Amino acid sequence: MAAVQVSEAEKVYIMHGVRDDLRLDGRGCEDYRHMEIETDVVSNTDGSAKISLGHTDVLVGVKAEIGKPKPMVPDEGYLEFFVDCSANATPEFEGRGGEELGVELSNTLYKVFNNRHSVDLRSLCICPGENCWVLYVDVLLLQCDGNLFDAISIAIKAALFNTRIPKVHISEDEEGVKEMELSDDPYDCMRLNVENVPCIVTLCKIGHRHVVDATLQEKACSVASLLISVTHRGTVTCVRKMGGGSLDPESIFEMTEAGKRVGKALHAPLMELLQKEESLGKKRQKVGFLG
Amino acid sequence: MAGLELLSDQGYRLDGRKASELRKVQARTSVFAQADGSAYLEQGNTKALAVVYGPHETRGSRSKSLHDRAVINCQYSMATFSTAERKRRPHGDRKSSEMSLHLKQTFEAAVLTELYPRSQIDIYVKILQADGGNYSACVNAATLALVDAGIPMRDYVCACTAGFVEDTPLADLCHAEESGGGTSLALALLPRSGNIALLQMDARLHQDHLDALIEAAMTACKGLSKVLDGVVRQHLEEVSVLIRD
Repeated sequence: MAAVQVSEAEKVYIMHGVRDDLRLDGRGCEDYRHMEIETDVVSNTDGSAKISLGHTDVLVGVKAEIGKPKPMVPDEGYLEFFVDCSANATPEFEGRGGEELGVELSNTLYKVFNNRHSVDLRSLCICPGENCWVLYVDVLLLQCDGNLFDAISIAIKAALFNTRIPKVHISEDEEGVKEMELSDDPYDCMRLNVENVPCIVTLCKIGHRHVVDATLQEKACSVASLLISVTHRGTVTCVRKMGGGSLDPESIFEMTEAGKRVGKALHAPLMELLQKEESLGKKRQKVGFLG
Repeated sequence: MAGLELLSDQGYRLDGRKASELRKVQARTSVFAQADGSAYLEQGNTKALAVVYGPHETRGSRSKSLHDRAVINCQYSMATFSTAERKRRPHGDRKSSEMSLHLKQTFEAAVLTELYPRSQIDIYVKILQADGGNYSACVNAATLALVDAGIPMRDYVCACTAGFVEDTPLADLCHAEESGGGTSLALALLPRSGNIALLQMDARLHQDHLDALIEAAMTACKGLSKVLDGVVRQHLEEVSVLIRD
């Protein structure tokens, strides 16, 4: 990630503050920064979403294409992730500099999202064993100020909610050759059920306490962090420890409990906001980056 | 394709514009707080985001730095979801490298690089949605970003494309018009002096038509420069209202 240099005195200041449940910008240990989400920002994708979490800006675009299903699971479609750490975020990502981080992010996203419990992959099947929908989820990192996983997961959930996949009609002619017809009507489309899509919560261990939604400065003071993906029911679907330091088992348990609590509380307001945005329909003024 | 004429008998193009009409241009500077300068520009359906870092010390090898002026480093990349067909690699392919070189050439003509010897100015442009005129949108967005970063320039750099159909020059081509196989000219202009920073033309054109085509592109660029100027002044007004007591 883009590194920020923090002096020893600043580190001590941050750690003492966290100990008393007060962070640099006045938040508590389990508070998120100001978040802004907007869907349908890029019109030639099937679904898109833009999120700004403090100074972290992420843009996600989903494109649906017809492909061959995987041989092990012939009646399911699948998701393909690609994370592009653009040079916009920091000059270190120019050329191939952002590839390492991009690959790490997309591998984690595969683990969290590409399974039948998170997304209903059966609904992406067209013809078992022959055709299925492949959703290419492209994540574009525009600005980086810590907590990339959380922002990306919320943006992916919003983009999948916004995704409209055209309906396919299969007709068989006399010789048994199947023909696929994609519906021309832009409103005749299938939507995905994103109820079970999890949200990722990253907890960073600073001193003896943990913080949610760490900025780059706070990340520089932490030894290790725990990444938990939580569904709306509070079920934990993936846990990963990141960073160079070590965590003792008790703090892992504590952090998991806190992560479950925080993650579960994210889903309801998010779905409410997405439904509200959708209900505005055509009347909604698209802002994007112009606001 | 039958029935899809680039210019109808009544003088209307595919998207309803007249021959010399530009697409709607909307822009905003200071989109990102972390970069030195940033701008977002929409030209019709083409959306471009430009970010400027610098002037700062030359990163990487010291040998790249020039003793008497700044090095301008550009990278052009497209988001994978920007085109109708998904693009596999955002940058690093031949087209993106060529565009990056063109951008570098364009801005070396406009930026006062002699003021910053041994330093580097980075310009990163990202296309979020491509609908024709990618290069022009990038140049216009990058101009605004350079102004936002406070880097001294000789003049605004405005770019526009132009095409030619049946004796009529068309200004500001969209994707369907560009890929139709007709002539397409990209021009980057410094409006006040009328100097051309970059000129590129594809496909065949009779030399008698060349003047008219360049003239159409230059008029379009001058119109664009007024829009860009308006955006910068409006941003300054907003900011000064906040600073003023």
